[in-house]
Amino acid sequence: MKKNIIIIISLLIAYLSGQYLINTGIIDSYLQLNIFLIGINIILAVSLNLITGFTGQFSLGHAAFMSIGAYTSAILTAKMGLPFIVALIASGIVSAIAGVLIGIPTLRLKGDYLAIATLGFGEIVRILALNTDYIGGAIGFNDIPQYTNWTYVFIMTVVTVLVIRYFLNSFHGRACIAIREDEIAAEAMGVNLTLYKVFAFAIGAFFAGIAGSLYANYFYFIKPDSFGFMKSVDIVVTVVFGGMGSILGSIVGAIALSVISLFLQNIPELRMVIYSIILFLVMVYRPTGLVGKKDKEGKYFKGLRKEDFQHVSAKGN
Amino acid sequence: MEQLIQQLINGVSLGSIYALIALGYTMVYGIINLINFAHGEIYMMGAYIGFALTTFLGLGFAPSLILSMIGCSILGMVIEKVAYKPIRNSSRISALITAISVSLFLQYTMMYFVSPQTRTFPEVLKRKSISLLNGKIIIDQKNIYIVAITVLLMLLLQYVVKKTKLGKAMRAVAQDKEAAELMGVDVNKIISFTFAIGSALAGAAGVLVGIYYNTINPLMGATPGLKAFVAAVFGGIGIIPGAVLGGFSLGMIETVVSAYGGSVFKDAVAFAILILILLIKPNGLLGKTVKEKV
Repeated sequence: MKKNIIIIISLLIAYLSGQYLINTGIIDSYLQLNIFLIGINIILAVSLNLITGFTGQFSLGHAAFMSIGAYTSAILTAKMGLPFIVALIASGIVSAIAGVLIGIPTLRLKGDYLAIATLGFGEIVRILALNTDYIGGAIGFNDIPQYTNWTYVFIMTVVTVLVIRYFLNSFHGRACIAIREDEIAAEAMGVNLTLYKVFAFAIGAFFAGIAGSLYANYFYFIKPDSFGFMKSVDIVVTVVFGGMGSILGSIVGAIALSVISLFLQNIPELRMVIYSIILFLVMVYRPTGLVGKKDKEGKYFKGLRKEDFQHVSAKGN
Repeated sequence: MEQLIQQLINGVSLGSIYALIALGYTMVYGIINLINFAHGEIYMMGAYIGFALTTFLGLGFAPSLILSMIGCSILGMVIEKVAYKPIRNSSRISALITAISVSLFLQYTMMYFVSPQTRTFPEVLKRKSISLLNGKIIIDQKNIYIVAITVLLMLLLQYVVKKTKLGKAMRAVAQDKEAAELMGVDVNKIISFTFAIGSALAGAAGVLVGIYYNTINPLMGATPGLKAFVAAVFGGIGIIPGAVLGGFSLGMIETVVSAYGGSVFKDAVAFAILILILLIKPNGLLGKTVKEKV
């Protein structure tokens, strides 16, 4: 209880000081843009972490849900003139529905195959958006009203983190973690695999849609290529960089990668080269990510580590 | 009807390229279970090596093809030693991200050195074409070269894998690494060798695509890389004939789709087929279903 009060108070202080700094202009528009992007990236990374890090379902199509949310929000605010809060929630719901529709068939696949199927799905969404004239096609969707502000970004980031955190501590969340640990054992214990995989996928897609909506209504302009394969990879990289199966990791990862790319902006021609080297070094020397612990499972199952089962599961593949 | 045949001929050429790249994917996946995302970039490097040899050194078609294959196989082995060996025992996802980082590194390093502009590949083959059915169907000399070289390389590969000692060792490592090691197979050498062969095939595909389309750029590897991967999955990943089947099918489907008005959707069709295949027969057309054991 005491811990909760401290969290609420510190969040309030963070929100108010952020608002104050933006109002007084100490945080200029460039810095503000980067802070908003960090917020959006946190939402994306935490939501993907639920799917990949906690439920163990490897998705390479998360940007597609972001794009579905972004376009939904753009249509609702720019074409239909609805208020932003309606568009924000609607884009989450539309993305979640898409997540369920995609999840039911594809989540029967495992590992690399699931990754490829989600990759294919992401590319299909991008190509469909490229060829739909109603939403601007390849030229992009222009003149989206700018509704996204500090309040929306802050609240949505906090809500995402809290909802996913509480979900993971619930009965359903533990079922998801059980699926990650061992599908067959989880099934034997009565966990409905398809239900929980799709459930996690839908929640992840919901928040990715919200992130898309925030993105669209901040930048006035969206185009299908912003949500391609590379964006999905970026989100996966954030999750792995921060640490799989760690919410704090995703937050740290999103902030760290944003700061790194901010610094690399001064050397545009070598930016991606250095980025790829950093990525490689982290994967080789710290494959568990910045915050991830080596023995994450130990927290839930004392005394047993995944390595103990590896000789068994290696045969099962 | 003529149009369909003409498109199928073009499709076979495109399919050859996909098949050559897909072979590398499938071999690497078969042996170390890694989706080598950098494979598309090796194909791009092959095209650039071919471009440099023909443009600056004035070499002919055959020597530049062979030298570019050798160059790519060295590159493939270096990538394996430097990047993939340290992560061989880490999780799938960090292996995949390493592969992506290698891919980004090659793309943007090349972009830094050769500039992002598109370059024109020189015409090393004379323009000559055969027309059939009163000129309704035209087969360019290039098409014949591409298909012939692809078939030749595949037969060579099939021979190496099935008949030689090295091929036997490769199959043994793919089946069970530890057991192969116990039987005296030098696993590291075999993995290196697999990368060399796969990369050489990708290098050949790069030179051939340069000759076929005449343009190359540093990002040219990304989309064909993904599509070749689709082809490999289509036929059953890890299975060599499967990659060939997948490559040719994908090439033909794609050209036929774009010929009949769906050119903007041709990439979407490729991925839709991928998802369909994965759902109906996750092990690919030629794949065998493996029973799951605990």
